[in-house]
Formats: sequence, structure tokens, C-alpha cells
Amino acid sequence: MAPILELRGITKRFPGVLANDHIDLTLNQGEIHALLGENGAGKSTLMNVLYGLYRPDEGEILIRDKIAHIAGPRDAIAQGIGMVHQHFMLIPVFTVTENVMLGDESIVNGVVLDRKKVAREIRDLSVKYGLEVNPDSYIKDLSVGIQQRVEIIKLLYRKADILILDEPTAVLTPQEADDLFQVLRNLKARGNSIIFITHKLREVLELADRITVLRLGKVVGSADPQNTNSAELARMMVGRSVILSVDKEPAQPQAVTLDVKNLVVLDERHNVAVNDVSFQVRAGEVLGIAGVQGNGQTELARALTGLRHIESGSVSILGEDTTHATPRKISELRVAHVPEDRQADGLVLGFPVEDNLVLNEYYRPPFAKGLVMQREVIEKAAEERVQEFDVRTPSIFVNVSSLSGGNQQKVIVAREFSRDIKLLIASQPTRGLDVGSIEYIHKRIIEKRDAGTAVLLVSNELDEIMSLSDRIAVMFKGQIIDTVNADETTKEALGLLMAGMRDESAPPRAQTEIPDKSA
Amino acid sequence: MFGMVATAAARKASDVAQQRRWLVGGMLVVIGLLCLWFFAMQVPADVISKYRFSGGGDPVQLPVIELPTRLTNFILALALIAFGAFHITRGVAHSGALFGVSASLLLAIFLTWSIRGASLNLTGLLESTLIRSIPFLLGALSGIMCERSGIINIAIEGMMLTAAFVSVIVGALTGNLWIALVAGLLSGALIAGAHAVLSIRFKVDQIISGTVINIFAAGLTNFLNLRWLTVNQELNNSGTFAKLPIPFLSDIPVLGTILFNQIILVYIALGLMFAVNFLLFSTRWGLRTRAVGEHPKAADTLGVNVFKIRYANVIFAGMLAALGGAFLTLGSVGRFDKLMTNGRGFIALAAMIFGNWNPFGSFGASLLFGFMDSLQLKLQILTSVIPSEFLLMAPYLATIIVLAGVVGRVRPPAAEGIPYEKQ
Repeated sequence: MAPILELRGITKRFPGVLANDHIDLTLNQGEIHALLGENGAGKSTLMNVLYGLYRPDEGEILIRDKIAHIAGPRDAIAQGIGMVHQHFMLIPVFTVTENVMLGDESIVNGVVLDRKKVAREIRDLSVKYGLEVNPDSYIKDLSVGIQQRVEIIKLLYRKADILILDEPTAVLTPQEADDLFQVLRNLKARGNSIIFITHKLREVLELADRITVLRLGKVVGSADPQNTNSAELARMMVGRSVILSVDKEPAQPQAVTLDVKNLVVLDERHNVAVNDVSFQVRAGEVLGIAGVQGNGQTELARALTGLRHIESGSVSILGEDTTHATPRKISELRVAHVPEDRQADGLVLGFPVEDNLVLNEYYRPPFAKGLVMQREVIEKAAEERVQEFDVRTPSIFVNVSSLSGGNQQKVIVAREFSRDIKLLIASQPTRGLDVGSIEYIHKRIIEKRDAGTAVLLVSNELDEIMSLSDRIAVMFKGQIIDTVNADETTKEALGLLMAGMRDESAPPRAQTEIPDKSA
Repeated sequence: MFGMVATAAARKASDVAQQRRWLVGGMLVVIGLLCLWFFAMQVPADVISKYRFSGGGDPVQLPVIELPTRLTNFILALALIAFGAFHITRGVAHSGALFGVSASLLLAIFLTWSIRGASLNLTGLLESTLIRSIPFLLGALSGIMCERSGIINIAIEGMMLTAAFVSVIVGALTGNLWIALVAGLLSGALIAGAHAVLSIRFKVDQIISGTVINIFAAGLTNFLNLRWLTVNQELNNSGTFAKLPIPFLSDIPVLGTILFNQIILVYIALGLMFAVNFLLFSTRWGLRTRAVGEHPKAADTLGVNVFKIRYANVIFAGMLAALGGAFLTLGSVGRFDKLMTNGRGFIALAAMIFGNWNPFGSFGASLLFGFMDSLQLKLQILTSVIPSEFLLMAPYLATIIVLAGVVGRVRPPAAEGIPYEKQ
């Protein structure tokens, strides 16, 4: 089969970073080619070069055996290239139709937008590719899964046949991801060629026809999914062998640290998000909160850490009532928080790394004497923490915004874990991180557990929940639908609970009860 | 047990909406009661308010409506109280209707009380309302075009002032009002171009850029006015556009006088309102403008040139504001006075926000502010107990109420004020 697309020696430099180093890549007609690599390996940069968002410093792009000059997205679109970006490029207050037609509008009577015609085309594409969506809906009213369909329709509407998907499953539930894979296979069957960027090994093995692995801006190898396995791919990605499961001893739970009773919390729109939730977390155990995104986990974590008003119910930490306590009060009870939105709640992006490393204690000795911050002490502590937690940064004085996502997360973990903590509330602690960072953070969490910290882990990643938790509570529509022991459940059983289906024949467990086994 | 908690919490959620209804409705009832007491009960029973519909010199004299002040206001105040009560119990879903009805009732009460024992030419008042609303409308349209593309425009005042100045001088020099108008528009485009370069290319904070332009325009026109126009008075006389009655339509009583016997700039402004609305919501340009104002990166990935759209919109916005400024001179007094825009650019900004960045809504707000403006002039003549300056505060007060979200929610374009950086 002749390659439809060929990248030759693509090199892209950013100040101080060689993001792509002479990368060669071919894409055949009608194949799904997975581009695998850790965060920061240069996958997105390469695709942005191909889509015309970056100019390469060296190298050339051949499309259908001809050298293509791609100076901007317009050229890429004209060559039949379409890209679904990791962060969706949709306008929330526009309808599906308006989003799809933007930049390539249908016009009647010389000037008037022809929304009807585009809506009709969208319906046709929906039927043809199984991408069901209402053209008249506003994007802001659609779920993330459906928004992604709109992104794919945008490409098809422009008659793109070389499709690039950048980390498309990062925001999807397992079910939505399965739907997406079906759509991609369907597209492939109709002759489209697809580049699929991911760092999830399972997806690569399930979907790809060919695999190319990038590391530190270089192609380190390629593989055929039939002849490889997760361990081998992971080794290529990280450059060493990685342990994919977490080694941990059985938990030794002690006294109750976090006690939540009949908690009710509202969301931004004043709808009930957490509905009468009760549970306990003991010192030395990890309670995982599983669930599909948007079932109240976000609001739960925010309420427990004092970032969201509690309507009714009570929260006590180490016997102290913190229902309406301020975040600082809760922090001073030696509670650590790894927030879900690390850039909004976890860091001050415009501050240097060193200040971000002491945000929870900057006002107290030894970091402050009275009103005056002790720069030397802070610098010394920051240097130590950067060393200990392997934060990759040019120095502790650069703004934390210039770090990669994984290193930003390590800054948060370094700050929160560097003191003696009694309770850890971690929301999506490894979202968007590479295998190496995930492994590292998981190890740290288990260390804290074994040191007697109570851990509440909120995650949408079922694998993460299952490998770290001792007990798992599943949230569905704001309630804890069931609580199970991690070693007595399966992924399938949790999946059903996450979808709100409970085995009605089994007696419901009392939600406040701690299983005897662990006592 | 879960069910009970759930409903309790859900009730709590709807309480928030209920609370706002109580706040607004309660306010209306209280204001209604105050009106009842002050504007009705305090007026002697035999006092009459007369509304005329034709001026002294008009060929057709329409009948005069004589209303007993006390009874009329009694009824109007009761209507206001009833409306407030209705809002509390049932809720008025459309915020425009809520605001429109209560504002109209309040104004009617106040007007009837102000002219007790006297008479008022209502047609004349409405005619001057329309004329005075035109600079607000044009300023608001300027703000809309600019901000819908994501660039904040608080320089409307400065653009208007500059255009007012330039058009007078060019008018005096050339003796041609149309050349004067074009010169005014070009001066607005030039200033807007500076704003565009500062905020798009140099990514200067758009509020600061706008403020600088306002200060610069005020300083420059003051200086030139003092040094040049006051010594060469003949330069400060451009002449004005004459009224252009539309055949037949202008003969309609009341309505014809208000709408169809105006200078051409009024018709152009009203036409522009429809044109901007069409442009924004029905054309390719409008779709791209709004996209760039909401999520420029998304537009960029689809091959839309973010910078081109923004430059063009800001410059077009400058010309719209300039038309509003030229209207103050060429369309009205024919001469330039120091700082003659007198905050109209900022009221236009208020009208834009009030209208939720939509042309028609902003026109409604402009009319309201224009009404206040002309009413306070009349009240100066009627020597009301209430200082007319209070009415001049009304636009700002109303804007604060709207921005506080008491009446309804307004939503600025999401990417407004954020410079776009291409990688």
C-alpha cells in the first residue's frame, strides 16, 4: 500500500527544547496508526506541525507523494487533513451547525448563512458514520462524548481523509471510548487514514494497525500490535521497564480520620450534586471514589476541602467538626489536597516553582518570621523538594506555568506530601500524566497510607481506583450507590455500578459500615 | 429517607431562584407603595396633568388629554404593586418584559406627577427621546462590533469626541456636510486603528489602551479648541443637516412627527441597527466575528484569520462611534464645545451591556436613556421638586442593577479582553 502521508526528518525546536528531532513517519491509506509516547515526548508538537499550527525548522511533508507546503490550518484542511485537538475547539454558545460550518460556511443569496443545508449535511454524516447528534443543540448543553462527535463531524464536513486525533479518550468514559473506537473502525473501513495519539497502552493494542513510539522527541521504535504487549510498549515509551500494578501490603486501618454524614452539596447551577452521602475513612486505608465524571465527585472533594459550601450534613476530621471550616483551617488539621483542576486550584501559575512549593505553609515558621517570609529557608526547602520528588525544572525560580503538566502535578504532590499529614484528599491525581509520573505518584500515595494517613482517592480511571484502593465507593447521580472491598470486586462489577445498575438481589450494604475484615 | 433529603435539597436549590424573585418583586411592591404615598396621596384631589400631542405651531392640533393627577397615579401605582406581586407569585420569565413594564409604569407615574397643574407635549418629548438616543445607539453598536470580536472598547467616548471635533472643522472649511461626515468617520477609524494595533499587535491591556485614547482625545480636542477654534470662530461653524421628512409617512399624526421627520443621520443610524444585527447573526462575517470573540483558537484551527477579523471589526466600530460623534455636531448644533460628548460614550457602553451585546436590546436601552435625558431637560423648565440631575444618574444606576444580575443575566463574549497569541 502506498503511503498517503509521509513525514521526513521533521525537526522542531522551542527555546531550550528540541521537541521533534528528525522524525520520520508514514501513514498508509486506510490504516489506524497509533502515535504512542509519554507526555512531553513530542507527539502533539509533531501533529501541530502537520496541521500547520507550528512551522517545522527542518524536514518536509509529503501528501500523496507530493511535497506539501502547510503554512496554516487552511492549507492543511485543503490537503484533506483534519485534527481533533486534545482540548476541543468548539464554541459553547454556538449550535452544532454553527460550529461545523465555521470557516467553511454555506451561503445563499450571496451573503446569508445557509444553516439548513449544513444541518442536513450533518444529519447525513451522522447516519453514515454512526455519529448521532442534533445539529440544533448548543455545544454547552452536550456531554463531552457528544462534543467529540461534533469534532469528528467537523472533519468529515470538510471532506478530510487524513484524520488526526490527539488524546481523544482522555475525557471519555470507558463506554464512550468504546463508541469512539467503533466510529474509528467504521471510518477506516471507508478508506480514511487515521493518526491516533495516546499514552494508553490498552487502546493502542486494541485499535491500532501500526504503532510508532516517541520518546524525548525521537522515534524510538515501531511495532505491530499482533507481535507486542503492554510491557514491551511501556519499556519503549519510558526507556526502562515499569511496574504497571502497584505493589502494596494489605491495609492496616486504624481510627476513623474522616467522618462524613448525610452530606448534601449543590453544584454551580444550584442542582443537588452530592445527595445525602455518608462514609468514613480510617487512618491507614485508601477509600477510592469511583464513578463516571459528573456524578458529584468533584463537588464532594471540593466540599470536604472547604472550597464548596455544604448545604446540610456534617464533616468531621479527627473528631473536629469541619463542616463550615475554611480551607486554611482544614489544611492546618494536616489535611493534604491534590485538587482535580491543578492549574486553577493547585498552583498559582504566575508564581515561581519555589513559592508554589510552600503555598500551604508560607505564613508559618520556618518559612515566615512574623510577617516576613524567609526567602533562604524557602529556597532551601524548594531545592530539596524538587530533588526528592524529581520535579524536572530548569530552576526553582521559573514560573510554574512553564513546566509540563506532569511536573506541575509533581510540584503539588511535593508540597502536599512534604509534611506530616493525617488525611489526603486526592482528586484525579494522575490525570493526563505519563506512565513514569503515574507510577511515581501511586507509590507515594501508598507510602503515605502505610505511614498511617487516611486517603480519599477520587478518580475517573478505574485502573487507578482498583490498584490503589482498599475499599471502593461508587458514586452515581450524587449518591454512593455501593461500597465494596477492592479485592472482592471486578472491573465489570464496578462498571455496572458506575452505570447505576446494582444487583438488587444482594442486600444493600450499610454505607457507613466499615467491613469487619479490615478491623 | 434518601428521597426526603433529596427533595429537601432540591427545594433549597429552587429557593435561590425564588429568593431573587422575592427580592425583585418585593422591591417593585415597596416602590409601588412609595409611589402611592408620595406621587398620589400627597397630591391634592383637584390637580390635573395635561398631555398634549401637538406643538403650538403644528397645522393639525390633536386633542389634549387631561388626567386627574392623583387618581391616575393611584391606578398606576396599584398596577406596579400588582405587577410586583405577580412576579413574586408566578414569576415573569422574560427579563426584558419585567424591566420594560416596571420602568414604563414608574416613568408614567413620575411624569404625570411632574406635570401636575401643567401640561406637556408628549410627542415633542418622544421626538427628542429618539434624537437623544441616537448617539447612544451608535456608540452601543460600536461597542457591539468591537467586543463581539473580543476587543474591549471603552474608547467610544474618545472616538466620538474626536469625530465631533474633526467634522465641525472640515465642515467649516469645505462647506460640505458630507465631506465633513466622511472626515469625521475617518478620524474615528484612525483612533480605532490605534486601539487595534495597541491591543491586537502589542497586546496592551485593552482597558488601559481605551482609557489612554479617551484622555488623549479629551486633551487634544481641548487644546485645539482653546488655541485655535476660540480665536478662529469661523472655523467652529459647520452647519447642520436639515430635516428630511419622508413623504406621506411624516404626515401621520404623532408617529410621523417622531419617526419620519428627522435628519438623514437618524434614518442611517436606525438602518445601521438592522444592518449590524443582520451582519452579526446571518452572515459569514458575523459568524466568524462571534467565533473570534468567544474562542479565537477554535476559529484559528478552522483557518479563520483571527487578527484580520479583529482589526476590521475594531476599525468599523471606530467609524460607528465616529458617526455618533458627528451626529452631535453636524446633526444638532453645528459647532464644537469643550468635552461636548459629556459621557455619552460611557452611557452607550451601558446601553450595550444593558442590551446584552445585541443591537435591538441596546436600542431599547438607548431609548430609555434618551428618554431620561430629554425628560431632565423638560423638568428643568417645570422646576420639579426633584433635582433633574437625579435623572442623569439613572443610566448608571440602571447599569449597576443589570450588572448585579438582579433583573436578568448578561453575558459578555468569552474571549473579551484576552489578546490572542498564535504559537
